[in-house]
Parts: sequence; structure tokens; C-alpha cells
Amino acid sequence: MKNESLYNYVLRLGDDSLILGQRLGEWCGHGPILEEDIAMTNISLDLIGQAMSLLDYAGEIDGNGKDHDALAFLRFENEYQNALLVEQPNGDFADTMMRQFLFDAFRQPLFEKLVHSSDAQLSAIAEKSLKETRYHLKHTSEWIIRLGDGTEESHTRAQKALDNLWRYTDELFSETSADLSLVTSGIVPSMVEIKEVWNKTVHAVFAEATLQIPTNNWQFEGGRRGVHSEHLGYLLADLQYMQRAYPNMKW
Amino acid sequence: MSNREWPLWEVFIRSKQGLNHKHVGSLRAPDATLALENARDVYTRRSEGISIWVVESNYVHASDPSDADSLFEPSDTKVYRHPTFYDVPDGVKHM
Amino acid sequence: MKTLDLQELEKRFQEKVDKEIKIEPNDWMPDEYRKTLIRQISQHAHSEIVGMLPEGNWITRAPNLRRKAVLLAKVQDEAGHGLYLYSSVETLGADREATMDDLHSGKAKYSSIFNYPAVTWADIGTIGWLVDGAAIMNQVALCRCSYGPYARGMVKICKEESFHQRQGYESLVTLCNGTPAQKAMAQDAMNRFWWPALMMFGPSDADSPHSAQSMKWKIKRFSNDELRQSFVDATVPQAEILGLTIPDPNLKWNEERGHYDFSPINWDEFWQVVNGNGPCNKERIDARKKAKENGMWVREAAMAYAEKRAMKKTA
Repeated sequence: MKNESLYNYVLRLGDDSLILGQRLGEWCGHGPILEEDIAMTNISLDLIGQAMSLLDYAGEIDGNGKDHDALAFLRFENEYQNALLVEQPNGDFADTMMRQFLFDAFRQPLFEKLVHSSDAQLSAIAEKSLKETRYHLKHTSEWIIRLGDGTEESHTRAQKALDNLWRYTDELFSETSADLSLVTSGIVPSMVEIKEVWNKTVHAVFAEATLQIPTNNWQFEGGRRGVHSEHLGYLLADLQYMQRAYPNMKW
Repeated sequence: MSNREWPLWEVFIRSKQGLNHKHVGSLRAPDATLALENARDVYTRRSEGISIWVVESNYVHASDPSDADSLFEPSDTKVYRHPTFYDVPDGVKHM
Repeated sequence: MKTLDLQELEKRFQEKVDKEIKIEPNDWMPDEYRKTLIRQISQHAHSEIVGMLPEGNWITRAPNLRRKAVLLAKVQDEAGHGLYLYSSVETLGADREATMDDLHSGKAKYSSIFNYPAVTWADIGTIGWLVDGAAIMNQVALCRCSYGPYARGMVKICKEESFHQRQGYESLVTLCNGTPAQKAMAQDAMNRFWWPALMMFGPSDADSPHSAQSMKWKIKRFSNDELRQSFVDATVPQAEILGLTIPDPNLKWNEERGHYDFSPINWDEFWQVVNGNGPCNKERIDARKKAKENGMWVREAAMAYAEKRAMKKTA
């Protein structure tokens, strides 16, 4: 492989988009109101599109002729490098919006920086994805504020979602030593900068939403190195079903 | 707590620079911000627009169709408002 | 109002319809016309929304990312189309949520096809090809409906839906040119969906009590049997190209009529499914009710927030 560090970095970006896009797709037809059903599907479609570009690029870096489908459908569970956050179940609408908001607030500054990557292809993918992510973040911020500062019930649900998901947020900013070498060569930004922006965003939105960041900051990690929660296996069973049951066919 | 349904909004879209906003349909939304976002998701999935207006349907005042005769027929006889009413000698240009 | 006035209004209304002048929301219209439209458009809207479920069922299991994206976009379009149609119903003074409650209580009907299960991936292609194909046949005719908002909605929907049938057919072409297992999957789907697709056009003209009035009001332009025949005529050659067999031993070209003949439809099955006894009626309605119930607190929260904001502004 030409550049294993870059491969892993791009694969992680692609896996985050893939797994979250797959999760959001589960909502289609079951949203709380038609308008929001359509909105969530739009986000899902953007994420699946990002996954296709990113996984294609990962395959290109790998040089083994694997396209997005080979990577999306034909790896074992411990070969997926998505963050634990994105594989968490949809739960109720508050859980889904909270998961999406925490993720969007991370992805927007990340793509903003990646637009300036010295790697032309990564920069191009980031540029397209940034436009999409800006809208996602706007939409999910609006919802977090409405749920947090809506009714007593919605506030309770939103707070519970935040309490549950907060422990998966540190992992978004984890960096391997290989990543740091990419930072040095100007291909990717340092996660320290991204986290600063993320902190500002989430604090501002939670303040307006009257939501409290949990005081217990015990954090989970593992997804980035292929150690996942129990949820991912079921998600992959659905995702991979056709490719596993009918191997080597065109669809 | 509110048991009220989300109000209805009328959606107007400018399909490209230089054209008027045109009524395309309606949707439900709790407020103007989400109405705009919903309108984007519902009515511009195929790049139909570059600008959106939303107006809460309650605030649209319509003329009464039973008044149509008195409102619109009088102008039918005022043909002098149309340029083709006037004869201009042959050979006059740029008019 | 005097009876004479009413008769005069009805006469003028019919003259307008006969002259192909569209009826708009605030125009005078007979009560029955309004009721018929509310019933028909809301059934149509419900069909779009319930129709999301059998296909939505395969979004997480689509065999590759391109198909997943296409399916997501298609099912999303159905939500959009449902929404356009509910918009049209609202112009007639019927409230969307109340209309949906009629669906949940079983009072309002929807297309019986969606009460059949989508059990294999080939069902997704087949639904696109046959079910959307049948729907388009109906909807193209409705683009000329006398009621303006419905006709305009149909134009938009038909434009957007042209990709639905094509993506289904394309998916089946791939299966039919694929392995024997894929071809068998396609044939099996065809066997299960052919007759329900023909039933989508509704009861035969002889048993369709509202048809004559709807034709006179130009809500409908073609009878159920006419549309069904056009669908069969259009579909048989498409099946031949795929190399699929239509599950009807009596299907054959009738030179004299210039149409395909086909076996009688099992109307017992049709009425049973319409009246709640299809394989998935209960699941479909339960899923829609659950979405509404689970969404209640979300809708309330957004409304409460909007009201709080409005109060702050005026305070």
C-alpha cells in the first residue's frame, strides 16, 4: 500500500458516513411528521454519497482495486473504523437528532479544514461534503434547541439522549501517531483545533436548548480501532445480507 | 402545553435568478425557520430553486371568486392598456 | 338559498367543466364534487405514504450503495408526493392530520397493492416496474383532472416519478441477465405481483358506482377497465424483453380487438384485501399509527417552542 496512514484516515471518514447513513435510512417511512421524514432521508442520502466518494478514494489509495461496495459490504466487523457514536441505535427522535448534532458539529469544522488539504482529492471531497454538512448542522441545531426548550417531555428526552451519547464524543477527536504524521505533512488538520470549534458549537447550542452537559466525563472508545459495540453486528447483518447470501453477483 | 397542530405554510420558489417567486405548494411547520428548511427539503429535491419564501397560509388574503366579474372584467374593455391597440406607421423602428 | 339558485350554480359549474376550465379552491363546487375529491385525493395520498413501507423495508438491505441511494430517493419521493397530495386535500378544507386519522381508523382506504409483502430484493425492482407503472398510467390521466390543485400536483408527481419505473426495470434487467438464482428471484416476484398490480386499477367498470359521475365531472378521464387494458398492453412486451413469464395461461394477443386478452381477476381476493384482510394490512396501519404516536411529543415540542418565542417577541 502506498500510504497506509492516509488509507486509514479516509476509510474512517467513509465508515462514519456509511454507518450513520445506514442508521438514518432506518427512519425512512417512520418519521415523526412527513416533512421531517423527508429531511432525515436527505441527510441519509448525503451521507451515503459521501461514503461512496470516500470509500472509492480509500480503495484507490489501497491500490487493490476495491471500490466503495467492496469496502462497504465485504469487510468483517472489526475492520470497520467508524466511531462508536454513529453506530448507536436510532432510539427516539431525540436520540437520533442528538447523535446527528454531535456528529455534524464535529464534521463541519473537520471538512472546513480538509478543504485546504494538500491532498487534492481529499480536498475536493471535503468541499462537496462541507456544503451538505453545513445544512445538516443547521437543521440538527434547530431541532436540539426546540427539543431542549420545547415541552417538559421533550426536554427530558433530549437531556437523556445527551447523557447517553456524551461518552462517545471524545473518540471523534482521537488521533493515532500515523494521523499526526499526516498533520505534519499538511494533509489533515490537527484534532485539537477541531475539538475547540466543536466545543464552542455544542456549548452554545446546549445553552440555548437549556440542556446540561453531563458532569461524568468517563469516555468510551474502540470503534476507531475496530472494537465496536454490540449494535454494529446487527447493523452489518442487514447491510451485508445480500452480498453475503448471493456472493459475486451484479445488482 | 400545546396540542395545536403545526400551521400550514404556502411555499414560493424562485427557480433562477431573474424570475419571480412562484407558488409551488404548501407544508406544515411549527415556525418560519423550520418552514424554510422543510420547504428546501420538500420542494427543491431536484434543484428546482435558488430562493424560497414561506408565508403562513393564515396571512394570505384572497379575492372572492364570486367578485371575479366586478374585479377583472372591467379591465377586459380597457384595451388601450395594451401596445397592440395603437397603430404605428410602417417603417417606424424601435417602438 | 333557493333550489333554483343551486340548480343554476350546478349548471354553470358543469358548463365550466365541459369547457375544460379548471376548478380552483375558492370556486363554487357541488358538495358531492368536493367530497369525491377529498375521498379520492386523500386515498391517493395515503397510498403514497403507506407505499413507503414495503420498499422502505429494503433500504437497510439494498445490495450495493448505488441501489441504496436510489431506493432512499424513491421512497423519499413518495413521502414528498404524499405531502403534495395532502396539500391538495387541504385546499378543499380537509385537514391533513384529520385525514390521516381516517387512515388509521380504517375509515379511509389506500391502494391494496401495499398490503402485499416485499420479501425479496427482486420485489423492489418489480414494485418499481409494475406498481409504479400502473400508478403512472393512472396519474398521467389525472394530470387533466378538472380540479386545478390536484391536476397541478399530478403534473409534478408524474415528472418526478418517471425515474421510479425506470429504476425498477433497470434493476430487473440486471437480475434477468444475471445468475439463474437472480433470474428465478425476478420470476418469483413477477408471479406474486402481477395480479395485485392489475387489481390496482380498481373494480371493473360494471362494479364501480362512482365512475360515471366522476367521468362527467372530469375527475376521471378513463374507466378502470380501459386503464387496466392499456397497462397490460404496455407491459407484456416489457416482460418479453426481460424474458419473464406473465403468470396467466390465457394471456394472448387478440388481433381483432387490438389488445391482449387476459384471465378474469380474482375479485374476492381484491375485496378481501381492500377490506382489511390482506397479508400486511395490519402491519402497515400499525406502522403508520406508531409513527404518528411516536411523533406526537416531537410536534408538540416544536409548537411549544414556537409559541414561547412568539410570546417573547411580543412581550
